[in-house]
Amino acid sequence: MDQAVFIFDILLPALMQGLVITLQLIVFSAPFGLALGIGVATGRQYGGPILSRACKTFVLLIKGTPLLLLLFILYFGLPSIGITLSAFTASVIGFILCNGAYNSEYIRGALISVKDGQMIAAQALGMTRAQAIRNVIMPQALRRAIPGLSNEFIYLIKYSSLAYMITVVELSGAGKNVATKYFIYTETFMVVGIVYLVLVTITTVAVNILEKRVAVPGMSRTSAAQL
Amino acid sequence: MDRNDIVLRVEDIHKSFGDKEVLRGISFEVRRGETKVFIGPSGTGKSTLLRCINQLTIPDRGSVWLDGEEVTNSGARINYFRQKIGMVFQNYYLFDHLTAFKNVELALLRVRGMSKAEACEKALTELRQVGLEDWADHYPAELSGGQAQRVSIARALAMDPDVILFDEPTSALDPELTREVLEVMKRLAQQGMTMLVVTHEMGFARSVATEILFMENGVVAEQGTPDRLMHDPRFTRMKNFIGQFDSYWGD
Amino acid sequence: MDVLSILIDWSPYIIAGIAATLGLVLIALGIGVLLGLPMALGQVYGSRPVRWVIGIYVWFFRGLPILVLLFLFWFGIFPGLGLGDVPAFVVGAVVLGLRGAAYQSQIFRGAIQSISEGQMIAARSLGMSRSTAIRSVILPQAMRIALPGWSNEYPNMLTDSAVCYAIGVAELLTVTSRIVSQTYVTMPIFLAAAVIFIILNYGGLKLLHGLERRIEIPGFGSGAV
Repeated sequence: MDQAVFIFDILLPALMQGLVITLQLIVFSAPFGLALGIGVATGRQYGGPILSRACKTFVLLIKGTPLLLLLFILYFGLPSIGITLSAFTASVIGFILCNGAYNSEYIRGALISVKDGQMIAAQALGMTRAQAIRNVIMPQALRRAIPGLSNEFIYLIKYSSLAYMITVVELSGAGKNVATKYFIYTETFMVVGIVYLVLVTITTVAVNILEKRVAVPGMSRTSAAQL
Repeated sequence: MDRNDIVLRVEDIHKSFGDKEVLRGISFEVRRGETKVFIGPSGTGKSTLLRCINQLTIPDRGSVWLDGEEVTNSGARINYFRQKIGMVFQNYYLFDHLTAFKNVELALLRVRGMSKAEACEKALTELRQVGLEDWADHYPAELSGGQAQRVSIARALAMDPDVILFDEPTSALDPELTREVLEVMKRLAQQGMTMLVVTHEMGFARSVATEILFMENGVVAEQGTPDRLMHDPRFTRMKNFIGQFDSYWGD
Repeated sequence: MDVLSILIDWSPYIIAGIAATLGLVLIALGIGVLLGLPMALGQVYGSRPVRWVIGIYVWFFRGLPILVLLFLFWFGIFPGLGLGDVPAFVVGAVVLGLRGAAYQSQIFRGAIQSISEGQMIAARSLGMSRSTAIRSVILPQAMRIALPGWSNEYPNMLTDSAVCYAIGVAELLTVTSRIVSQTYVTMPIFLAAAVIFIILNYGGLKLLHGLERRIEIPGFGSGAV
């Protein structure tokens, strides 16, 4: 079979279907992963001893467990205690937990880096602690956390491929199916890889634009090495 | 004197950090429109005293009253009192992610619950008051120290406070910038704002203060009007202290 | 059948799985250093084409999901090179290592670039050649600075190694799912595996942090990257 025919008539259409699933996985996971990260970081930094401890333990457990094992637990394990999730839902929940735990580390670092005076000044104006965190501390912390958060978003794009291991036929899975059917492996997975590279590169560019748009003079980003 | 005229009453404030007793029983009253200036060697608890007044630091003992209502032990109502007690810090503490304008506007929107239009007008008025309406869209990092401090004064003024606490407002500024900030403060005093000022600026103390309180070792050692302190021979300790600032004290 | 007796019955397999997991991690970290360090030097001191090639390598290996890389090498590149008989374990370790090198090179590069120029100037003023200066002045400092960041590669590598399940390497996750499919005991076995991974993770990190402290030099700031 002609290579061009294979790539354009067979592979790419199949990959497009997979890509849609990959994008759905990301779109459903990323916002909740960010929200979870903000919640966990806030709980850990400003919560009482119990909440703070719980948030810390959550992060420790999630970071210590391979994501693939977490997906197995959600998809194959939970039914044994009466909770059955679709493969897609299990994947999204797994990605949210993982993304949220890692995000929280960057956000917490950024929260710590916000100077004490900001909280003091906000409270002196009559803001409650919660108002001060929401209006003053968090907006600054999130700006500083952008490089780290964008790294985690890129990881999310790449690790969304693990959903295939619990039967979600996303981009990698679509590629695998085609490769197995036609016994064309190297080319197929190179093309799959290129699609991921395109996604990652678009994200990197978009993040740079975002970072410039929300940049504030004098608030330099913390020097977390990009990517 | 009409007792209703008393805006702020501070009674027997004590505060220790570890085994160091920083404040050892401070009491005074502030009438509306007065400017009280606190001077004294560093480390004598002047800044701690200001922070005890708006409960950013919780005193171990004693009470603070604003317009006849107790500020200490006020629970969640402390945020109401903090709106009424403005504060200006040595290092300005402007919100680094907001422009000068938004720094002034933020608490109007989020704390006082003003409409956007109302808050906008109010914020611009206060910036004009400190001479910075042209700098409204600049971020803190783009302002000189003097400008930043004037924005922080506008931010405090915007809440329509009954009293403003100034915690060494010019200590981080060089002399040129110090003057522009002191001029704003002087004008506020003349307009009848009630102010408590911790400073080392003896010239300001002398020309603006209704009363000067000399603090030493956690107590008010001596206090009186600038004129009395100058001419009454009994105020030796304060004179000795001020001697170090002689050049500022002269006319 | 209770969980403990399952774990005891299967303990030889579990231990073999742990050994395979640690083997993957150690070999891959080793490959990562051996390739990553020269790549970092090439990116800092190399000619333009050298920097360009290394840049492409890094972009490629960091941009692809580990799963796709494993599929690419296991199904495509190894058989394509006539190496179809190479065991999955070796392919897994090599892929993790090649990918790790891309990440590690950036840690080393940052560390090398953080060494002040004065160090090189001082070394050259003593008559050292450029390569001697790099070897005996720059690198000893850079490696100490890189270590905290490098230590973090260990937990990443450990959790990534589980993806080798996808090509059938008999590592801990593969063993775990085999036990599950044989015994039909799911949740407790998965959780036991998670506990083992967490212990390996934080135990290893503790060792690495101990190492960091041992080679600490007074007044020489670590974590300056």
